[in-house]
Amino acid sequence: MLQIRVIPCLLLQGDGLVKTVQFKDPKYVGDPINAVRIYNKKEVDELIFLDIMASRKKSLFGPKATGPRVDLIAKISDECFMPLAYGGGIKTVEQVRDILGTGVEKVIINTQAVEDPAFVRRAADIFGSQSIVVAIDARRRPDGKYEVYTHGGAKPCGLDPAAHARRMEEMGAGEIFINSVDRDGMMNGYDLELIKSVSSAVKVPVIACGGAGKIDDFAPAVKAGASAVAAGSFFVFHGKRRAVLINYPARAELGSVLD
Amino acid sequence: MKIAIIDYGAGNLNSVARGLAFVGTPGRITGDPAEIEAADALVLPGVGAFEACMRQVEPLKKVILERVDAGVPLLGICLGMQMFYEASEENGRHEGLKIVPGTVSRFAGGLKVPHMGWNSLSVEREHPLLKGIETGSYVYFVHSYRAEVSPCTVASADYGGAFTAIVSNDAGNAVGTQFHPEKSGPVGLRMLKNFAEMI
Repeated sequence: MLQIRVIPCLLLQGDGLVKTVQFKDPKYVGDPINAVRIYNKKEVDELIFLDIMASRKKSLFGPKATGPRVDLIAKISDECFMPLAYGGGIKTVEQVRDILGTGVEKVIINTQAVEDPAFVRRAADIFGSQSIVVAIDARRRPDGKYEVYTHGGAKPCGLDPAAHARRMEEMGAGEIFINSVDRDGMMNGYDLELIKSVSSAVKVPVIACGGAGKIDDFAPAVKAGASAVAAGSFFVFHGKRRAVLINYPARAELGSVLD
Repeated sequence: MKIAIIDYGAGNLNSVARGLAFVGTPGRITGDPAEIEAADALVLPGVGAFEACMRQVEPLKKVILERVDAGVPLLGICLGMQMFYEASEENGRHEGLKIVPGTVSRFAGGLKVPHMGWNSLSVEREHPLLKGIETGSYVYFVHSYRAEVSPCTVASADYGGAFTAIVSNDAGNAVGTQFHPEKSGPVGLRMLKNFAEMI
């Protein structure tokens, strides 16, 4: 039986790990290598690393975008005995080759997929759909409709997330990562309507992210159509005061809410 | 003891190399036919599209098949396993290495494809690769094409129906996993160790 994947989604800023709220106010939560070692022991299903500095045109946290830092990615990859996905600043086939070459299973493309959809097709043709994930950051507008944002949640681009996801599937994306900017770091549950709209639009697996605050938040996201659930705060904070604690529920506990 | 991880310009070589090193039997990444011929065991990794990978493996096909015939252990991983078959229907019909009979075809029937994630194994018959590994163990899959269950199947998994998760030739020295042992935690690392012990 195929298990629902439960995936820690970790944010890189410089050499450290941070966690944001609604894509803002990054709080330092530790060292990425140390986190990977803990997650190895806890036998997590998969890990996602997103570099929040890599694609911002004018970074909120510094002067300019860094692009993918292959040296750091290689260090992280060297420690991972679980599937690993990396996203942040990927714009060229050469970057995809370099990143996959470090032992990363999947690259995550976001801004570049909006700016040059054909890039997704080129990458999928060369490396296979299974290694190409398209990430979509979405916000709900005052009129209730959803809109895709690029550049680390900074720039609205007018696209509907479901329509964009379908287009990306046509371009060869093997998986869609849908993240709610509004729910990021809020720990008040996933945006189920957003998940439903995107996962019903595509035949590839959808990873839901944004809003998980407790283990009971996962099942509704799966019911809404997600093939996998990702979370940030849930896996790095503990308790009401949000003390930093890298954690992951035992498989039996996850199984009791998901299987 | 020398394990050659066959480098044909594709595939996720580093993770496999790291997994083998972790279990104490480091392999050497090589695309040199002479080194492949001299190795005590071969690993054929693979990610990407079937046709492109077969084209890149073509120059090494002869030496790989000769070594398999000589009884040298060969581990195929993911697309490397699919290449064991007679053919694949990925983007047309393309011939494989023909180490085992059968054809690889796409998952059908309204499933989310790729089949991606941790799925459980059903052991169909004994094989040294499975020493200490039981039915119900979870391993990591990511693939859109699969081979049906046949007499060559060592273990199966279920995704909209049973498919081949581990395949082996009659002699048993060529064994392929549809999943990624190098990314399947302690269960996968045990398989890599078991493979090294087949030498």
